[in-house]
Amino acid sequence: MPDLSLEVNGKTLPVKDVDPSTPLLWVLRDHLGLVGTKFGCGGGFCGACTVQLDGKPIRSCSVTVSSAVNGKITTIEGLASVDNVLHPLQQAWIELDVAQCGYCQAGQIMSAAALLSKNPKPTDADIDDAMSGNICRCATYTRIRKAIHTAADKLAALSTEIGGVV
Amino acid sequence: MNSIMLHDIINEAEMQHGPLALDIRQISRRTFLQLTGIATGGLILGFSLRSEANPVTPAAANEFVPNGFVRIDTDGKITLYAKNPEVGQGVKTSLPMMIAEELDANWDDIQIVQAPINEAYYGRQSAGGSQSTPTSWDICRQAGAVTRSLLVTAAAAQWKVPGAECTTDSGKVLHQASGRSLGYGQLVNDAAKLPVPDPKTVTLKQRQDYKLLGKRISGVDNRKIVTGQPLFGIDTVLPNMLYAAYQKCPATGGKVISANLDEIKALPGIKDAFVLEGNDTVTELMPGVAILATSTWAAFSAKKQLKVKWDESNASKDSWSAAINKAGELAKSPGVETLASSGDINIAYQQAKHVQEAWYSYPFIPHAPMEPQNCTAWVRDGRAEFWAPTQRPQGGITSVSKMLGLTEDKIEVHQIRGGGGFGRRLMNDYMCEVAAISAKVGVPVKLTWTREDDMQHDFYRVGGFHALKGAVDPSGKLSAWEDHFITFTDGTGKPTSGGNINEEEFPLLLVNNTRLTQTMMPLKVPTGPWRAPRSNSIAFAVQSFINELAVAAGRDHVNFLLDIMGEPRWLKPDDINSINTGRAAAVIKLVAEKSGWGKTLPKGHGLGLAFHFSHAGHVAEVAEVSVDANKKLTVHKVTVVADVGPIINMSGAENQCQGAVIDGYSTALGLGLSIENGRIQETNFNQYPILRMKNAPVVAVHFIESEFNPTGLGEPALPPAAPAICNAIFAACGIRVRELPLTKSGFTV
Ligand code: FES
Ligand code: FES
Repeated sequence: MPDLSLEVNGKTLPVKDVDPSTPLLWVLRDHLGLVGTKFGCGGGFCGACTVQLDGKPIRSCSVTVSSAVNGKITTIEGLASVDNVLHPLQQAWIELDVAQCGYCQAGQIMSAAALLSKNPKPTDADIDDAMSGNICRCATYTRIRKAIHTAADKLAALSTEIGGVV
Repeated sequence: MNSIMLHDIINEAEMQHGPLALDIRQISRRTFLQLTGIATGGLILGFSLRSEANPVTPAAANEFVPNGFVRIDTDGKITLYAKNPEVGQGVKTSLPMMIAEELDANWDDIQIVQAPINEAYYGRQSAGGSQSTPTSWDICRQAGAVTRSLLVTAAAAQWKVPGAECTTDSGKVLHQASGRSLGYGQLVNDAAKLPVPDPKTVTLKQRQDYKLLGKRISGVDNRKIVTGQPLFGIDTVLPNMLYAAYQKCPATGGKVISANLDEIKALPGIKDAFVLEGNDTVTELMPGVAILATSTWAAFSAKKQLKVKWDESNASKDSWSAAINKAGELAKSPGVETLASSGDINIAYQQAKHVQEAWYSYPFIPHAPMEPQNCTAWVRDGRAEFWAPTQRPQGGITSVSKMLGLTEDKIEVHQIRGGGGFGRRLMNDYMCEVAAISAKVGVPVKLTWTREDDMQHDFYRVGGFHALKGAVDPSGKLSAWEDHFITFTDGTGKPTSGGNINEEEFPLLLVNNTRLTQTMMPLKVPTGPWRAPRSNSIAFAVQSFINELAVAAGRDHVNFLLDIMGEPRWLKPDDINSINTGRAAAVIKLVAEKSGWGKTLPKGHGLGLAFHFSHAGHVAEVAEVSVDANKKLTVHKVTVVADVGPIINMSGAENQCQGAVIDGYSTALGLGLSIENGRIQETNFNQYPILRMKNAPVVAVHFIESEFNPTGLGEPALPPAAPAICNAIFAACGIRVRELPLTKSGFTV
């Protein structure tokens, strides 16, 4: 089986001896040891495996590794800044204590991050729409929605600060 | 070196503290409660549930003795051990909060690690029945208070002042009169030499003095969760580990005749494939084919190519559609067994102003936790080690001990966070499967189930039927209650797990003329506890029918229900597991007030009420819904009032209630399994449509923090959700829902 390389969280990582039709999910988890991306259904139904490919949310269980070789992949492990400052979504998730079991939350946060990067001030309807591919079996939906608004406010405050300096 | 130090995923305690297990193993078990200094300098407080009258038998020299609730290092670092499995119910945070409160330590300075499994020391280490809170309340507080008292004694001795003059705050002992203070870390070497007081003699704090309990505390694993660090069972990786898949017969009880093992073994990445005969115990090891591979995907891909010939002569042939028809037939005759009766039900019917009859039913459902079942095991050299996301680790140890012929001291289970439980992980079948697989190959193995495995090999919430009949007397009071409950039996002569009804089920103890009968139908599909077992289904039938009777009598549901409760009293005096009608009335009254019961609503809107008592929790809920002409349903808001005593972690408690209500709604709305020829027809979330965010209602949660001891909250807020919503649907559009899920009657969202 061939060797490939993937660009994950800003690093180019070699993937040895992999069937090119392997879903990206399992390459991330089993080959690269990035287990933050979760397996929930394997069929594109639950969103637990959501990562970003070139900034767009994708279900990594339903995308082959070969179709991701030319893109930039961001996983939950790469969402915080390089100096480990948490993304406003991650901060909001902790502040509002969103998680119950926590298993779906990496996927939820990756979907939410993709939303905020193109729509920094989403309405409830925007959020419901962007998050419709993510199931939370523990049903933390109320807090997820609130945390996305909180993170949007944090982002706005951040850009005002930066704007002020510039 | 201890081998687990090599693992990529290791016991958290080891990870954060070096070889803690070795220190713990040195603790002797001679006394009821004791301290020990540890090699790295520090103090561990050991603790046992056994009373002095029944002392723990002395340990054998090499006995594995994991122990301890509190560890304080000389540098002041405090570690608290969370004793029970965490599957999303929040106990990894809330139980240590109880210790921290009495210890008077700063929450932000504390680390939490999951305790080893030893029920002789920790008491019940299971996550089920909403029991973690009530069974840990005294133990955890006493562990904190005893430690604090030792630290105070040590400080007082150093300062040569009476202990009574010393106070504690934020990890320090203070002597106000002289302005002196010492950090806990500075005191541990002295404290470790002191005799340990009997935990029953230490003074616990009064509620008004709590600094931590009742606050909103963010879950202790939240940072790891939001940054994607390894945390769950499925994240376990060991050196030289193989990845396994396991195929069982889709109809429970089928045996392997043959399989294309040679073809499977020739597939890429496959290391081995073999048949396991199993021990014919569904909760342990059923027959199947194990596939071992170099990655999860290789194992899953090979499993798709697997062709097994099954002997189904003893397998389940169960059919849900046939059961529905048969139950309908059985309902025409009286119930086979009488479980409870009182008064004279026939006279009550004769004297009644209104008599109402109704037929209620609900389907089988899986648990479908977000993390599919999985477990990692390493069986070698006469011992077995597990990384198990289980709700009942000791149950797994017992099963594996029997299966592998190992004594329990040779079996070690590392508690690992489970991605949802809901009762599914009370069973340890995945643990037994991986034990057998690893035992065969002698290397570490991670077994991962596919979602299809998980949905088709569950211990389902059993479906059931209630032929209800009730009467209201001329004064408008409930005067008779009759339920012919039609359920299933697995051949033991008793109802299948989760399919029984309590002889004291509400409202039997509150009505003068009652009859509860039962008829059982045979079943082979395995069943088990599902979040709020029995209550999650019975409350739908009972609380909906109460509303039917109130409507028939032209009475307001709130008043009708309060009349049923009557005078404030425990239905079984001093039994916290029985209804206290005063607490019940209080939650009903408050939910009416908070939800605006009686307010004018827009056309097509309705409010519905339900009360249910389970797991020692009194909970009332009001749903506000609207239904349009096409049966499009919107649940706008659910108001919850719960009395589970004082709240430990306000944030976690609120989250549990919101989750339970939405879970209850999600299940009532669209979830149910079809079973034909012993096979579960649904395989994945596309056929099992769990509610999504856009349909999630607002859930407003209020607590009555009564003076009773705190009880659990993982379950009791779920049962009232479905009947409250169904009663609201009736109020909104006049359609009475007597069969779940709602989509069966044409409702959509
Ligand atoms: S695991 Fe990919 S969508 Fe469920
Ligand atoms: S927090 Fe458990 S599935 Fe979302």
